[in-house]
Amino acid sequence: MLRVLKARYEQKHRTMKYPSGPLPALPDRFAGRPEIKGPCPEDCRACIGACPVNAISINNKCIAMDMGRCLFCRVCVTACPHGMIMFARNHQLSATRRQELIVSTGSPVKTEILSETARDIFGRSLKLRQVSAGGCNACEADSNVLGTPAWDMGRFGIQFVASPRHADGLLITGPVTANMRLALEKTYAAVPEPRVVIACGACAISGGPYIDHAETINGASSVVPVDLFIPGCPPHPLTILDGLLRFLGHEIPD
Amino acid sequence: MSFVSIPFIYNGDSIPMDAVPVVGDAAFHQTIAELVESGGHLSAMLAAPKDDNFLILAVISAPKQEQIGLIATEVAKEYTSLTPECPAAQGFEREIFEQWGLKPQGHPWLKPVRFQPSRRTGKALPIGDADFFSMAGEDMHEVAVGPVHAGVIEPGHFRFQCHGETVYHLEISLGYQHRGVERSLVGGPDKRTIHYMETLAGDSTIGHMTAYCSAVESLCGLHPSPTAQNIRAIAAELERLANHIGDLGALAGDVGFLPTLNYCGRIRGDALNLTAMICGNRFGRGLLIPGGVLFQMDAKLRRQMRDRINILEADLDSAIPLMFDTPSVQARFEGTGALSADIACRIGLTGVAARACGLDHDVRSHFPYGAYRFDNIPISIYETGDCLARAYVRWLEVKQSIEFIRRQLDLPDSGAGSHPKINSLAPNRLAVTLSEGWRGQICHVAATDAQGKFAFYKVVDPSFHNWFGLAYALRGQQISDFPLCNKSFNLSYCGYDL
Ligand code: SF4
Repeated sequence: MLRVLKARYEQKHRTMKYPSGPLPALPDRFAGRPEIKGPCPEDCRACIGACPVNAISINNKCIAMDMGRCLFCRVCVTACPHGMIMFARNHQLSATRRQELIVSTGSPVKTEILSETARDIFGRSLKLRQVSAGGCNACEADSNVLGTPAWDMGRFGIQFVASPRHADGLLITGPVTANMRLALEKTYAAVPEPRVVIACGACAISGGPYIDHAETINGASSVVPVDLFIPGCPPHPLTILDGLLRFLGHEIPD
Repeated sequence: MSFVSIPFIYNGDSIPMDAVPVVGDAAFHQTIAELVESGGHLSAMLAAPKDDNFLILAVISAPKQEQIGLIATEVAKEYTSLTPECPAAQGFEREIFEQWGLKPQGHPWLKPVRFQPSRRTGKALPIGDADFFSMAGEDMHEVAVGPVHAGVIEPGHFRFQCHGETVYHLEISLGYQHRGVERSLVGGPDKRTIHYMETLAGDSTIGHMTAYCSAVESLCGLHPSPTAQNIRAIAAELERLANHIGDLGALAGDVGFLPTLNYCGRIRGDALNLTAMICGNRFGRGLLIPGGVLFQMDAKLRRQMRDRINILEADLDSAIPLMFDTPSVQARFEGTGALSADIACRIGLTGVAARACGLDHDVRSHFPYGAYRFDNIPISIYETGDCLARAYVRWLEVKQSIEFIRRQLDLPDSGAGSHPKINSLAPNRLAVTLSEGWRGQICHVAATDAQGKFAFYKVVDPSFHNWFGLAYALRGQQISDFPLCNKSFNLSYCGYDL
């Protein structure tokens, strides 16, 4: 018993102060929100050819990058001979509309709350059933982390629950394999309304590395309507928490 | 002695495809059985189309020879099953049947492996639509769980045949994570290949990438620099550290010992953040590439990491022995889900689970690669085969990894992390690479066609061997022990389903 208390003393209180206190430290080499310069030279398509998942397109001489597809691998940064692309350390990537994940030259960084409806209904309590549907399990790992004492998302009334019938919504990871489709549909049907669906990670948003595989259906929105998109492969826990908090109407001080 | 002589290669070597002897059914059988009998591990077995027929290739890692044996046989429709003599072949033979329809005569039960589309017809069985083992009689009952589970974990279906609280049999039926990776690797490497490799099992990115990079390097005659090998090994041991710490915490949680659960949840994150210090990503995405690594580690970074490792070690020393010294935890761990060394050997168990049964299997020692050739990590073994052993081996390995990382951090970064340009792959060759992932042996088998593109690429995640071990460990246990047993193996669904 004394040892338990001694360990408790040694391990200290470590729940982070964020969001009212400082941001938890992000690694120096972190790849966050893409920032794009432009216009590009007429004939250059180097980044488009290099991207493994066709996340980049070009229109009006400016490139547009789809964060819903992006694996944040940075090959485009290396491929671009003109230094038009960089990944900033900004972790705020989430959006409620798929279209808003596409960033181009001068796209503003959005830091405001994402949904007033969600705030009004789930603002003080959001219970989520997590459905893992064909990814690599890293998105699950970094969602799960939010339950540990350091992050403690229970502080905001957010919690993963065991049954869809106890849940206000689903947090889906993975590209949704053909083999998981029915299970996902049934789980969704078991969540009482009003309910929300969160697509977490490139897989769940677009199919991720497995985009266009016959064995998958390119993400959650092929089966269920998605209310919140959290990009990344996997998204950093801070990106996930930021998405959830702003979705629930928490103002995040700068 | 086998009566055919077969080629043995070192881990990470390649040979011309036609140097692999193609022998008759009986010789194939006997050679494999003898190698396995003398302590070899059936690391991979696969089928690949050859003219109008198929080649079945077996890869046996033989710790005695410290080399990998290769043998093949040509099959039109069926062959004699190895499983009755060598149960470790059961999953591979089912997989070959599911993919190519080649029938192993005498296999006890050709259950679907992952309900994947046939590589011949493109058709798949509907998932979960299969015969399951069942028991009948008064008071017998069946408990079915999944694919969607109660926690934040991957999907799979489990069926328990119970009498009262006692489980007589657990059947594990997977395939829900099948996303067609191996099929998509054919014709590569291309710009997506690395991303498939990094996400075969997201918690084993470094383990799988090490095997992949070494396969490509051997097929194009590249030798990564000592600095690249040093950084790869640091990342690999950080991966082991993070996962073992997470598992130790989760094991504590499964027996209701909350202090260790909570501390380890955080300390695991500290270990992941160390990997992120190297490459920006907590799982090591984007760190390894064929030819080397994409990030450098200068003296300042090494110093910072060393300081953080010291803090992490102190935190662990207060969090983990606490659990092992608590009698109520010991009582729940001891004797739960025990496997004998004999069973472990026969079913081809690997990694922590095998070492917990007293088997001295460790790729880093027997088939050393990269930095492990110069800095050997002693094999951590415990002999009771139960949850306690699987937990304790993890703790021993955590301590070994910390020491190893320290030694490797003390080496300088020469600045030459990667080769600027990758040559094209040599045609018609076969490369076999092993690495010791945190769960156990990872095996990649890559073959090139006449153009130097992948004719096939086989991935064997340690979970492919070990799921059967979990099913076996549960026999005679109480159903309430399942979460603990499950966590003590902590296997990958996506690594199995591919
Ligand atoms: S988005 Fe990336 S990290 Fe998440 S499950 Fe898919 S492959 Fe894994």
